[in-house]
Amino acid sequence: MTAPREPRARAVWPLVRVLLSTQYAYMLEYRAEIALWALSGVLPLIMLGVWSGSGAGEAAGFTPAMLTRYFLAAFVVRQFTVVWVIHVFEEDNLQGRLSPYLLQPLHPFWRYLAAHVAEQVTRVPFVAALLALLFLLQPSLLWWPQRADVFWGVLATVAAFILRFLLQGVIAMACFWSERALALERLLLIPYLFLSGLVAPLETFPPGVRAFALATPFPYTVAFPARVLMGAEVNLGAGFLGLALWSGLFLILFLVLWRAGIRRYSAMGA
Amino acid sequence: MHRYLRTLARFWSASLAAEMEYPANFVLELLAEVGNLAGSLFVLSLLYGPGQSLGGWSWNAALVVLGFYTLLEGLTSTLFQPNLSTIVTHVQNGTLDFVLLKPIDSQFWLSVRTFSPWGLPGMAMGVGLILVAALRAGAVLGPGTVAAAAVLLLASAAILYSLWFVIAATSIWFVKVWNATEVLRSTLVAGRYPVSVYPAGLRAFFTFVLPVAFLTTVPAEAVLGRASGSWMAASVVVAAACLVISRAIWRYALRFYTSASS
Repeated sequence: MTAPREPRARAVWPLVRVLLSTQYAYMLEYRAEIALWALSGVLPLIMLGVWSGSGAGEAAGFTPAMLTRYFLAAFVVRQFTVVWVIHVFEEDNLQGRLSPYLLQPLHPFWRYLAAHVAEQVTRVPFVAALLALLFLLQPSLLWWPQRADVFWGVLATVAAFILRFLLQGVIAMACFWSERALALERLLLIPYLFLSGLVAPLETFPPGVRAFALATPFPYTVAFPARVLMGAEVNLGAGFLGLALWSGLFLILFLVLWRAGIRRYSAMGA
Repeated sequence: MHRYLRTLARFWSASLAAEMEYPANFVLELLAEVGNLAGSLFVLSLLYGPGQSLGGWSWNAALVVLGFYTLLEGLTSTLFQPNLSTIVTHVQNGTLDFVLLKPIDSQFWLSVRTFSPWGLPGMAMGVGLILVAALRAGAVLGPGTVAAAAVLLLASAAILYSLWFVIAATSIWFVKVWNATEVLRSTLVAGRYPVSVYPAGLRAFFTFVLPVAFLTTVPAEAVLGRASGSWMAASVVVAAACLVISRAIWRYALRFYTSASS
């Protein structure tokens, strides 16, 4: 089976609209579940509680206000970079739903991407409500970021989401060869959790570990967008370059593995 | 009672045999557990600057808390999660009917039917960490301390079980509650650290609303030989109350169960 042909440029806009609007309608049906998913992203807030009870943040040059901003920003970034494509892809693969998708002149991953974007849109009010509740309980947490920080922060968050989507897409390709692709994802979650800056700002790492973390794609997915959002001094160019390079690498890997996987998929006649 | 024990042995030996079909899982789970523990230790080491304490806890004492957390997480993936996640499936597919018809208590059946050995390495690591850290913290593990710690560990396991079971039981009304267990799981992460670390508001929340304090902090204090009688008594009372409530909610929920497609 050849790879599905991409639709012509003329047809792209209606396609995007239909994909997004159907996925959005679908996600709205499940808004109660999405509210719970949003609530399950409380880890940065718990870590804010822990860090504010420790002097180690200040030793690394983080004032209490900076810690608050960092973890609130990390919370928001995490909310809008949630990726679950491997779970859907594995299920579609096992249940045989992938076969009809492959017959359509659209790469199945565009459908997954549309679902993720629609879910994020559905998530916005819940995240806003959570933040509002937080500020109501603790007005001292409130701060207004600069307009430029918001602009670059949102852009960095979107880029971080794309990077995570591509990385998980690469891992999802293991579904073509093995039934244990989810276990790989589970293992990958560990460096993501500890090296991305989700549970501790990278500035508090010992220099060696920090250099190691910065050589991986993980800090670009939380620490970089969070630092931009909080208005800390960041090298925007280097951050976006890192995001672009890692995304490009994973995109190439993804496409190569996809081609090989599809050939194998049809060869099995599954 | 004897019948229940015999049934339990059958259940677990059967699921053990089934799980042993996938030996590769063992390596993966072990890697995941070791990675998680290493990461937690790393973050804890960051929180302890040079010569600092966290919420009045020394490094070794905080490791005891982390040990209890690791132990309970292993218990969750061995028993609670595999069993209680199937309640949701039973309700969705209508197969809960068959469970209710069995000549055995339905809560017992649903809570212990399967056993996943892959959480055992985590439990072993937790126990090891508790012992090493407690000895390094200078705790004297006399028979009294060990007995108190064992009772409090049972209490915290009972509380954790009840939390999981109650959420799973609400699937009778809401059907898809899997996300709610994710919320529980992600909030229980707070138990990695002694509860005195948190600001006052969160501390009250983790004591009275979501009893995280009783899960890890109170047993850790018992091991370190500094638990107060009132906290220990409170822990046992909370555990008993949680079990009774979980039982009552299950009975109440069953009155609303009308099988699938209705």
